[in-house]
Amino acid sequence: MLSPIQVLCSDITTLSLEPEPFASYTEADIISTVEFNHTGELLATGDKGGRVVIFQREPESKNDPFSQGEYNVYSTFQSHEPEFDYLKSLEIEEKINKIRWLPQQNAAHFLLSTNDKTIKLWKVSERDKRPEGYNLKDEEGRIKDVSTVTSLQVPVLKPMDLMVEVSPRRVFANAHTYHINSISVNSDYETYMSADDLRINLWHLDITDRSFNIVDIKPANMEDLTEVITASEFHPHHCNLFVYSSSKGTLRLCDMREAALCDKHSKLFEEPEDPSARSFFSEIISSVSDVKFSHSGRYLLTRDYLTAKVWDLNMESKPLETYQVHDYLRSKLCSLYENDCIFDKFECAWNGSDSVIMTGAYNNFFRMFDRNTKRDVTLEASRESSKPRAVLKPRRVCAAGGKRRKDDISVDSLDFTKKILHTAWHPTENIIAIAATNNLYIFQDKLNSEMH
Amino acid sequence: MAGADGDDSLYPIAVLIDELRNEDVQLRLNSIKKLSTIALALGVERTRTELLPFLTDTIYDEDEVLLALAEQLGNFTMLVGGPEYVHCLLPPLESLATVEETVVRDKAVESLRKISQEHSPVDLEVHFEPLVKRLASGDWFTSRTSACGLFSVCYPRVSSTVKAEIRQHFRTLCSDDTPMVRRAAASKLGEFAKVLELDYVKTDIIPLFTALASDEQDSVRLLAVEACVSIATLLPQEDLETLVMPTLRQAAEDKSWRVRYMVADKFSELQKAVGPEITKNDLVPAFQNLLKDCEAEVRAAAANKVKEFCENLPEDSREQIIMTHILPCVKELVSDTNQHVKSALASVIMGLSTILGKDNTIEHLLPLFLTQLKDECPEVRLNIISNLDCVNEVIGIRQLSQSLLPAIVELAEDAKWRVRLAIIEYMPLLAGQLGVEFFDEKLNTLCMAWLIDHVYAIREAATSNLTKLVEKFGAEWAQNTIVPKVLGMANDPNYLHRMTTLFCINALSEACGQDITTKQMLPVVLKMSNDQVANVRFNVAKSLQKIGPVLDSNALQTEVKPVLEKLASDSDMDVKYFAQEAISVLALA
Repeated sequence: MLSPIQVLCSDITTLSLEPEPFASYTEADIISTVEFNHTGELLATGDKGGRVVIFQREPESKNDPFSQGEYNVYSTFQSHEPEFDYLKSLEIEEKINKIRWLPQQNAAHFLLSTNDKTIKLWKVSERDKRPEGYNLKDEEGRIKDVSTVTSLQVPVLKPMDLMVEVSPRRVFANAHTYHINSISVNSDYETYMSADDLRINLWHLDITDRSFNIVDIKPANMEDLTEVITASEFHPHHCNLFVYSSSKGTLRLCDMREAALCDKHSKLFEEPEDPSARSFFSEIISSVSDVKFSHSGRYLLTRDYLTAKVWDLNMESKPLETYQVHDYLRSKLCSLYENDCIFDKFECAWNGSDSVIMTGAYNNFFRMFDRNTKRDVTLEASRESSKPRAVLKPRRVCAAGGKRRKDDISVDSLDFTKKILHTAWHPTENIIAIAATNNLYIFQDKLNSEMH
Repeated sequence: MAGADGDDSLYPIAVLIDELRNEDVQLRLNSIKKLSTIALALGVERTRTELLPFLTDTIYDEDEVLLALAEQLGNFTMLVGGPEYVHCLLPPLESLATVEETVVRDKAVESLRKISQEHSPVDLEVHFEPLVKRLASGDWFTSRTSACGLFSVCYPRVSSTVKAEIRQHFRTLCSDDTPMVRRAAASKLGEFAKVLELDYVKTDIIPLFTALASDEQDSVRLLAVEACVSIATLLPQEDLETLVMPTLRQAAEDKSWRVRYMVADKFSELQKAVGPEITKNDLVPAFQNLLKDCEAEVRAAAANKVKEFCENLPEDSREQIIMTHILPCVKELVSDTNQHVKSALASVIMGLSTILGKDNTIEHLLPLFLTQLKDECPEVRLNIISNLDCVNEVIGIRQLSQSLLPAIVELAEDAKWRVRLAIIEYMPLLAGQLGVEFFDEKLNTLCMAWLIDHVYAIREAATSNLTKLVEKFGAEWAQNTIVPKVLGMANDPNYLHRMTTLFCINALSEACGQDITTKQMLPVVLKMSNDQVANVRFNVAKSLQKIGPVLDSNALQTEVKPVLEKLASDSDMDVKYFAQEAISVLALA
């Protein structure tokens, strides 16, 4: 369903910056990942400064129907710090590459966050009571005269203002030689995997000092290297299945039941290359930048530079559906190569019922494709158009030389520095979160749609 | 009130109580560990009404504090007023049983199980069983997993209506949505089956067992294999075939290697649980398949069980089964592609010789031992050598010695020092089995060569190896073969080798006895006190301290004392220090 999208909470910046539209931001403020938790009540973002910001959805209020379901900042913490690897003389950036929530196991929430090298498990919990009463000092900490202490006092817990505490629970380090690009929690609730350019490791959530290597594509001689792992994810229901994508545009489905080391894939999803469309850029633009299982577990969604593809797990030979995200860029690949944009890694997302897919583009545009009706829409996440409750207007890019209609934007005027790489869709409702450089936009279906 | 004179005794307790909420985790931990002291001072009444409510709400704390708390509460019965009031301990333990940290939860469950025994049957139904139910139907899976461990302790002591409820709760948890809970239930299935009446084992447990063993999650199915062992021991032999075997067969051929691995790992237990008949008909072919499994981890686990499996085969057909069914698989494993499989096999294969007897060993096993002795992987060779004693009893080690020697020499010169270290540790054992003659002829040079190895750990191990050899072959042998070589190194140009002489003397003096020590070793040590390297000189002091007790008092006074006194005025600080220490320890001052 692609009813008009309305701004729910527009323009939540992850930092309390000045409100003017062209507020300057630093590199560290750029959002690098966005992720809803399993109920959609919480939304976490990570940025290049190593910070994680958690937003919580406000409970619906009966009095004011318009305030329902807004997301407000719940907690902010520093997840990773910049480090230096003295052995290799390498700087390790604090940038958060991925965040994944764990299934909820008690009143607290848990999430995994990772930078290039180290994965951390965080606990987010609430506290609304605090102990009161000392024997040897008063509440201000002044020491009492010992002679006045004639009886023992046990501290009592008194209610206090709600406090959100974030504490590090585990640090999973020293297992990756290359940069971690993905983490994914298994449906067995006790293991997760982390993937870097050449290897995938399997961890137990309780054990930090060892992990098992399940995929290793490092060639004996690094000069023979032709392919790297770009993304990886576990199947949502079958604990033994996972998929990883490669820079050559292929997807490999592996079954952990077959062997301890999954060097041999069970299925290889690959679309034969069209020889007529072959060019210098073919290999670069076919590199898969993201792969996501559908909620049903039946389909895979992948994103490469120009397209989004839906694959059926039962058909390896070609994708079920291919969606052009911004085909008008095909003629501009040369300049996109020169300004390095061609290496941008766009992510993609499914809606809760697997009927719509979403992915980002340039000029702060993002695209949605309805798989049933085959309708698609381009929307813009910008401060100007995102006043609260405003309805987003569909945008159109007209290809160079094409007929230009009113309000159309020419390819040549697209701003390639404004890119939407990270998007997330609420697990059940039509609420989406869009990260545009340092701004987070949350949109939802137009309200009152049930009244029609 | 108690008045001013009560302050002195109150003060330490007051500190402990205040530190329960100190900023510093270590202080909180200390206080929690002395919780019984606090409770004792407060008395049973205030412990129940004030301390426990406070503790119930402290689940925000660090894991280590919570772990200590969970443990303490298991021993708190007397401090709350005895079994009559033991139920007061349930609320804090209940909240600890829901935290996310597994070790804390497990400890809380352990304490709950402990105090369940202190509940009267009435209290168990009024207080304990409702708690189990609350946990079992909790919103979060942490509480439901904790519940799984509590059913078996209350089941035997409650009325039959409550028993029926408990069984129902357990059934529900076995089909819980979250794999965490199903895993907890599967791991407690065997334990729960043990306390159930046999009829209910058949009607309740078997269907649950079958369901868990075909769960969609590998991690649940593999736990069912463990339950299989305990369930099979409970059932009469005639029911095993229909109730357990279909599931076990299915597990042995499971699509997931982790489940098959579990079957291989538990094979001996399974074998004992199902008895000889089923073993012959079912387990033998299953074991053959596991030995030929396509996953190396499974083959290694099965290879580890070869000896135990063969030992436990029914005696009447043991030899025949091994010769026709097991041995062919073992022969293949000897040349397996995976080194872990080969080394697992090497660690048990020698054990087969006692089962098969002399003739079969020589004809069938010996070629395998010899192949493994020549294996490219050092671990395989080491495992064979470390188990030589089994073969020695059956056919004598002489049969092997021709192949053994090159294998030992190669390991002794391996480029990896850890491999060299491992083989040194087997030297005394080998020496004992090969006899002094063979040793002198073939191995003695190796043992001496290790003394000048460039890795300190090897030189150190070689030194203690010499001690063990002397213990075995006697002082006379030492005097003739070892001591001259060791003492010869005292003139080596390399100071590390000169120090090795001292280390050897330290180790050997006691085993060699007073005579050799005084006549042969002492002069060398004394002479080395003039060494130009300070490290050698202070080791001389240390050596004198060490061998002093072996010497007679005359030698001590006339020979050792002057030298130590000279060293005590050495220009080097360390030499002085150790010389003075030796003087005072030997009471020469």
